[in-house]
Amino acid sequence: MHEFTALLRRDTSLMWRKRADAAQPLLFALMVCVMFPLAAGSEPARLAHSAAAVIWVANLLASLLVLDNLYRSDFEDGSLEQLLLAPVPLPVVIASKVAVHWLTTALPVLLITPLLAQMLFLPDAQLPALMLSLLVGSMLMSLIGAMVAALTLGIRRSGMLLALMALPMYVPVLVFGAGSVWSAGQGLPWLGAIWLMSAGLALLLVLAPWAAATALRIALS
Amino acid sequence: MNSIVLWFNQTGSPPRFDAFAARWTSVCFLIATVLLAIGVYAALAVVPADYKQGESFRILYIHVPAAWMSLMIFVIMALQSAIALIWRIKLCELIAMASAPIGALFTAVTLISGAVWGKPTWGTWWTWDPRLTSELVLLFLYLGVIGLYSAIDDRRAAARAAGFLAIIGVVNVPIVHFAVTWWNTLHQGETIRLIGPSKMDGSMLWPLLVLVAATKFWYLGSVLLRTRALNLQQESRKQWAIERYGVQS
Repeated sequence: MHEFTALLRRDTSLMWRKRADAAQPLLFALMVCVMFPLAAGSEPARLAHSAAAVIWVANLLASLLVLDNLYRSDFEDGSLEQLLLAPVPLPVVIASKVAVHWLTTALPVLLITPLLAQMLFLPDAQLPALMLSLLVGSMLMSLIGAMVAALTLGIRRSGMLLALMALPMYVPVLVFGAGSVWSAGQGLPWLGAIWLMSAGLALLLVLAPWAAATALRIALS
Repeated sequence: MNSIVLWFNQTGSPPRFDAFAARWTSVCFLIATVLLAIGVYAALAVVPADYKQGESFRILYIHVPAAWMSLMIFVIMALQSAIALIWRIKLCELIAMASAPIGALFTAVTLISGAVWGKPTWGTWWTWDPRLTSELVLLFLYLGVIGLYSAIDDRRAAARAAGFLAIIGVVNVPIVHFAVTWWNTLHQGETIRLIGPSKMDGSMLWPLLVLVAATKFWYLGSVLLRTRALNLQQESRKQWAIERYGVQS
């Protein structure tokens, strides 16, 4: 636990010194949501119809875009290998990395989501479902991403490949997340999908750090 | 050590596998071709046309065996990868990686034949039916595995990383299927179902079974051939390979 908090402090202060980098996913999600009305026309009714889907996809793409940063800088300056050798269980290291990653990349996007919802005229009734599904969904995506991103460490330019590998894994998260918002829009009970996602989150919180540790050992062996 | 375990251990060694594959590849392809000829002839000429779908239902005889293979090969790939990761058997890595392109092609055949079948039957090339969507995601998973395998320079590290991706993927496939089923029933209610083989008449069923067997043998021949090629590629500087196939530059 002590190591966990120490790593958490180290990674957050590293992130804090590169504040501009941390703003990137936020700006990216904002830009995607600006592009959409420009392409689809500014009619509020039409925008409201697809607002939830656009915001979900913007979140998903933003999380995909920063996925490579999860281990990359530590890998390049060699500290990842030191962490591998350190007498700390590797899953603990990864759990702390994922936690910081989620706090610095997913949470900011989540915080501006009400703004995005306003920009795209999302009906107010759907906002709670959108926020809750994104909260659970973004954690799921960070954990899934941690497993997949570890495998691409040996490759120099991994952007497209990482997308090809991670997106199929994100499909269930997107389906349930956006599906719950859709149900809320129809006045149907929408918490069911959120519970399912939360069950997945409970499972992945336990399994993903171990799986990612295995993947990391494979990539660095 | 009992003889079966001994056989597996011995065949796992690269020179012995090479000889084994060289012997059995053509046999598998021969059986597959004969079965394919019988099955396709029966499917096209012997089987009566479906009373509802007419002649177009004959696509089933390619579509269904290919769909089954696409799933089976993914499971085989994940199993072989798991064996390779746990017991470090080099040959299993190669079998898993040799399976990936074959599986991807079977998946593509499934999707394309399904689209061709869908046009006269449903009036559209594509619908977001749960099975279609899962099959498409399966294709992306295959492409991810192939992409990762070709992106890493060290062949053994590449096989291990791509194999691990295949293992994550095999967990993902049922979840995706469950998710899209839920998603689709939510959106448009009852979906069109394909004909279940169990509801088929015997006269229509037997060519399907022949073709299912044919695709299995085709896969076997294909995987032996591809694994042998990968094996030789990696072993090309070893003494046995040079002795057997001449000097490598």
